[in-house]
Amino acid sequence: MEINGVWIEDTYAEAFAMRASRVLITALNEKWALEAAQSMTGFATSVIGCGGEAGVEGIETNETPDGRPGVNILLFATSKKDLQGQLLQRIGQSVMTCPTTACFNNLQGEEWVSVGSKLRFFGDGFQISKVLDAALNPETGRERRFWRIPVMDGEFLIEDKFGVKAAVGGGNFLILGEHLEVTLQAAERAVSAMKKVPGVIMPFPGGLVRSGSKVGSKYKFLLASTNTAFCPTLRKQVPSQLPEGVGSVLEIVIDGLTPEAIEIAMKAGIQAACIPGIRKISAGNYGGKLGKYHFYLRKILT
Amino acid sequence: MVILKLREKYEIPIEADNISPDIFWDKSRSEIEDLPLYYGNKEKKLGEVFEVEGEKSDQIYIEGDLSKIKKIGFGMSRGKISIKGNVGLHLGALMKGGEIFVEGDVDSWAGAEMSGGLIRIKGNAGNRVGGIYRGTPAGMNRGTILVEGNAGYEVGGFMRRGLIVILGNVGDFTGVHMIAGTILVFGTLGARTGAGMRRGTIIAFKPVSLLPTFKYDTTYTPDFLKVYFHFLKKQGISIPEGYFLGPYKRYHGDISELGKGEILEFQNESEPKRT
Repeated sequence: MEINGVWIEDTYAEAFAMRASRVLITALNEKWALEAAQSMTGFATSVIGCGGEAGVEGIETNETPDGRPGVNILLFATSKKDLQGQLLQRIGQSVMTCPTTACFNNLQGEEWVSVGSKLRFFGDGFQISKVLDAALNPETGRERRFWRIPVMDGEFLIEDKFGVKAAVGGGNFLILGEHLEVTLQAAERAVSAMKKVPGVIMPFPGGLVRSGSKVGSKYKFLLASTNTAFCPTLRKQVPSQLPEGVGSVLEIVIDGLTPEAIEIAMKAGIQAACIPGIRKISAGNYGGKLGKYHFYLRKILT
Repeated sequence: MVILKLREKYEIPIEADNISPDIFWDKSRSEIEDLPLYYGNKEKKLGEVFEVEGEKSDQIYIEGDLSKIKKIGFGMSRGKISIKGNVGLHLGALMKGGEIFVEGDVDSWAGAEMSGGLIRIKGNAGNRVGGIYRGTPAGMNRGTILVEGNAGYEVGGFMRRGLIVILGNVGDFTGVHMIAGTILVFGTLGARTGAGMRRGTIIAFKPVSLLPTFKYDTTYTPDFLKVYFHFLKKQGISIPEGYFLGPYKRYHGDISELGKGEILEFQNESEPKRT
């Protein structure tokens, strides 16, 4: 299969079951909502080293509970407990601290975790609870409780509980290009297209990974090491998966609320990445032995 | 749907706590007609007081001057009651869920000690909206009451949780001994607003006369108000743009009690803003 002269390898990406939440941050204006969002999603590229994976969900938010400008964030972790821990840390340290912000749940969860009800203690006894009856919230039929925490710029408003649902992490594809500049250009086009897909994030810097990994290492103390099969400087030293003419590889990792959202994002990204100078699109997997989800590239693109 | 039409206007009160979606939902028309109502101290069948159409439904429509019909929707937990006409005492008292909609006025104790659901009154309400019966330690616990007209005294007295919105004026002692919850009054308030408040929030959109046991904190625009306005707009309640922008003077009190209650007073834009 080829798209615009780019070979699509007959392979699949292997992804994993995760848990996810969607956090809506509002603020006085878009600038401060983005400041809080960027802080909250910083150092959140991989659950391995960062505890969680997070990113700004690219679609614009038209409606927010307080009518102010808002930004949605998706946060992924391996378990509900870890997810709650990440929510508490990140909201407590990056959203509550940011001027003018408020923080709401924006996911109809399969389960619920306490966030505002734990952060409320920062109010030192002066926090105030406000409850909106389920009758005022017919879309979900759920009561909503908010906490007003007194802070120096006024009040920090945060929702009591946040929804958690089963999600998918680690969808991916690899862009193999002739040289770094064109590979980067193709990858940026891909990420730009993928940001328009609701329900997904690309948690790595700018959505891209340059240091993809493989399982195992020559060092006993390392579980993973550089993906030698895709390193152009090692082409003649290791079993390589790089065809002739490929001088650079970039990977895009996708986390999504559903497998369908990941498929839509992968399709949009791969199609955008197939430009002159790109030789091949591939994907990373573990032989199908680890991850529950397999995204076959050719099936997604047909 | 079950439709009830009042056969005649009564001067002696009728206790009608059997008029409830929880009771009607699985009953045939004849079973509904046979339900007992109390006319003074005498028992009457519902079918003697109302013409009945329909059966086995938790959607009830009632028509007529029900000013002497008490306890409609008492303790209900589901369904909807729509009423065209004025209604007597204790409408929706102790209700746990469902909806009551009244195109008319209601008498006192509407929504008293309710713990869920929605009551919406197009006309005026009497005293003790969302209030408490004597001897109970706490009043309304959850739920929402919207009154588009005026209300009497002691709105939300001893309220524990929930939301009361009065678009018109209210009488004295609004939020008396309030434990928590939120009361919005778009019209004028009577005397002794918030007397004995422990916690809770009263939002006044017109100047309010405060007891000396309320102390000024600051002038600001709290974000939670915008959340309330947003949800009220979805209920078809028009909120002037200025109310979103504020600001509001915040007073805490009643300091003769716990003192963690608050009264937020909207500052008319024609007044000089605090800096």
